[in-house]
Amino acid sequence: MEWLFFFEVSLAGLGTGGLYALTAIAFVLIYKATRVINLAIGEMLMVGAYLFFGAAAGWALPWWLAIIAALIGGGILGIVLERGVIRPLLGENPISVFMVTIGLGSILVGMVELIWTANPRSLPNFFPTDPIFIGDAFLAPKTFWSFVVAAVVIALFLLLFRFWRGGVALRATASDQGAAYAMGINVPAVYSLAWCLAGVIAAGAGILLGSIGGISSEMGFFGLTVLVVVIVGGLDSVLGALLAGILIGWMEAMAGVYLGGEYEHLVTFILLMVVLLLRPYGLFGTREIERL
Amino acid sequence: MSILNVEGVSLSFGGVKALRDVSMQVEKGSITAVIGPNGAGKTSLFNSISGFYKPQEGRVLFEGEDITRLPPPRRAALGLGRTFQNIALFRGMTVLDNVKLGAHVRMRTGLLSAFWYLGKARREEAEIREQIEREVFDFLEIDHIRRHPVANLPYGLQKRVELARALAMRPKILMLDEPVAGMNREEKEDMARFILDVKEHWGMTVLMVEHDMGMVMDISDQVYVLNFGQLIASGKPAEVQANPEVIQAYLGSGDVSTLREKLGARKRVA
Amino acid sequence: MRIGSPKETYIADEALFRTRTQWMWFGILLAMLAIYPFVANMYWIFLLCLISINIISTTGLNILTGYTGQVSLGQAAFMGVGAYTVAWLDNNTGSPFFINLLAGAGMATAIGLIAGLPSLRVKGLYLAIATIGASFILQFIFINWESVTRGTRGINIDPPRVLGTELDNPDTFYWLVVPIMVVMVILAANLFRTRIGRAFIAIRDRDISASVLGINLPFYKLMSFGIASFYAGMAGGLYAYFFGAINPESFPLLMSIFFLAAIIVGGMGTILGSILGAIFMTLTPEVLRYGVDFASPFIDNPSQILSPLRTAVFGAVIVGFLLFEPHGLAEIWRRIRRFFHLWPFRT
Repeated sequence: MEWLFFFEVSLAGLGTGGLYALTAIAFVLIYKATRVINLAIGEMLMVGAYLFFGAAAGWALPWWLAIIAALIGGGILGIVLERGVIRPLLGENPISVFMVTIGLGSILVGMVELIWTANPRSLPNFFPTDPIFIGDAFLAPKTFWSFVVAAVVIALFLLLFRFWRGGVALRATASDQGAAYAMGINVPAVYSLAWCLAGVIAAGAGILLGSIGGISSEMGFFGLTVLVVVIVGGLDSVLGALLAGILIGWMEAMAGVYLGGEYEHLVTFILLMVVLLLRPYGLFGTREIERL
Repeated sequence: MSILNVEGVSLSFGGVKALRDVSMQVEKGSITAVIGPNGAGKTSLFNSISGFYKPQEGRVLFEGEDITRLPPPRRAALGLGRTFQNIALFRGMTVLDNVKLGAHVRMRTGLLSAFWYLGKARREEAEIREQIEREVFDFLEIDHIRRHPVANLPYGLQKRVELARALAMRPKILMLDEPVAGMNREEKEDMARFILDVKEHWGMTVLMVEHDMGMVMDISDQVYVLNFGQLIASGKPAEVQANPEVIQAYLGSGDVSTLREKLGARKRVA
Repeated sequence: MRIGSPKETYIADEALFRTRTQWMWFGILLAMLAIYPFVANMYWIFLLCLISINIISTTGLNILTGYTGQVSLGQAAFMGVGAYTVAWLDNNTGSPFFINLLAGAGMATAIGLIAGLPSLRVKGLYLAIATIGASFILQFIFINWESVTRGTRGINIDPPRVLGTELDNPDTFYWLVVPIMVVMVILAANLFRTRIGRAFIAIRDRDISASVLGINLPFYKLMSFGIASFYAGMAGGLYAYFFGAINPESFPLLMSIFFLAAIIVGGMGTILGSILGAIFMTLTPEVLRYGVDFASPFIDNPSQILSPLRTAVFGAVIVGFLLFEPHGLAEIWRRIRRFFHLWPFRT
């Protein structure tokens, strides 16, 4: 019984971990391509969830159409942010760019609250509701299905990243911008592409997250945990983002059940501080070599 | 008497050996130059001496004391002053503040006294200001730009401000990383004069990395030649100039006719 | 038009204000601050008290972020440490207010130094993220350390007493907060006339070269953290006395963003920028409130849109200034001054 409970909690944790991993990939994508630490990733995720809410509840679209609309909206948001705000700051001090993303996050929260108010809402359910059993362990169907979707999307993304032309251009830009440009890769377009894809992924993660726990203007907080995930995994490592996402999701579930709900995020941030002190470049990150 | 000894220093980055068993001595009151082709490890040697790189093997002795394990600020406090290859001025400060910063290690103002700017802080700032004006600004002829932000200065002046900042440390040994790189003839002559004056009037020891052979041969007392991270020759300028290995290192191949043949062969293939 | 101002000693040339005009303006400013509470109404006095508190905290953050180049999103949490220390002392020991304020600032400094420890290992943006972590952990402590902080219910604080008078209104509190603000701003300005301030700027501009030139990076980075938290703690203590009640919600992450916005708007790495930025950011919500009041006949629920509007405007201000006026209001001020400097001749 004890072990069964542990197993169930672990499964639930892995479910959240999948969403962390998914959002972390959006973050790493932007970081790798444009070297921008995007603090607004949580807010982009929130906007995606609200777009779905708006399309499904406001315009009464069928859920699959609403999802497509929200994903497209997320992609457009990514492009708009990149072209409008990030591009003009290219080559500026990275600290300025970082602070700009803080400002963007604030703007997005304000806009969402202006349009939909700050009250929490729940999303229409579109997952099958049959209970899921893995062995004897029960798993909430929403958690299970969102994990499955996250896993499929991540797998698709990895394949794209590996084999698609755009994915190769992305990787080339990430490893050496100047050389990529010289080889005829349209680097500005790659920037837009990275932000666009990240916007789509974030919106998708937002819809999944919202369908599990409802949506509110404070959903952006999820982005802070994702930030911890990418720091722990190593800012520029996709593998790190995946593993750290799962690890932190599991850890939070454990802390939430065995220590109490208020400890859930505390554990995460303590882990953050420990990693920053002991292994600042994360589990799989590349250490920057400093030059004089 | 030597003020700086480098003993068997080796430095590698991953698999790349930047320095292999390099030993050298800098005599007190001399001008010593390190020359070598691009990528020979000159700047790596400098960085090992000032502490930014930690060599895997060997020792660095300053005035007989082993400083191999000391962090860079402690070395600065002992009296190692330097300039940088790509000008490293603090862009957010004026010329005066940049030069004053050079005197940082010689000052003692603590936090409380700095906050109130009374007593010690005020006295020390005035003293340092006077010293800088008298010793450095007059000498390097940059008193007219003291209130200018460094970012807008022309290149030659920036180089001079950097020298001023290093001099404000009153170092025992002044390390110059390519002091005349990218300068025009007139600026080079000015800089050579300054370096000679530093040695002759201030009695300071100078160690420099330089590409400009003319200047190295004119003003150095001792020359060390690096190639592929190894010391290949050392001695008086005239001796080094005559060394066949040095000539080979600089030209790739000592024999001009073989070089021509190679070029000709490539042209035919194309 | 102003022309040369010859000086005979280097001490005179190193002064905080180097011309007579500058001294004159400074005198006028002090005189205006002294007359202000007698001519302004309670609302405006209240605002100036709030502005003063914000100037103190902004100045601290500007020393850390603007001058030393270490981004921090923990300024509000450190204010919270100062505020809770003052509140606890006020409720449990009855010690005089200035002791409490100093203790609050001291406690914030200690916590700030601990939170600054990651700065020894990581740089720039990693550090900013560490401060987010630190402020989250502090927030957790504010909520859950019930025996000291009384959790989400918060603590009430009695107003400070000076010579038997309670400073329980903005017009009396003014005489506490404004002098403290003026002194702390001058202290900060002094700091950047000395080796310590120069070391901070050097770390911001080129940390590695600075270390080769003899600056002990860990020492000065931590010192900068300590100073910023000291200013935050002082501001937090004053905040607790000023509002008479605090709870964990008083110091949210949004407030740290507020201070970050203030230094961006005002101008990073300038003392004047801290002042202008704090004024601008404190008045912005007030202006918004007027705007919403004015528009209230035409919109549905004016009370509901104020808070989101404020959030969005904070963000827009950060983005707008970084894009279009990255050196902030201080630079605009300099342009105006330069214009009048040679007026009526054109520059």
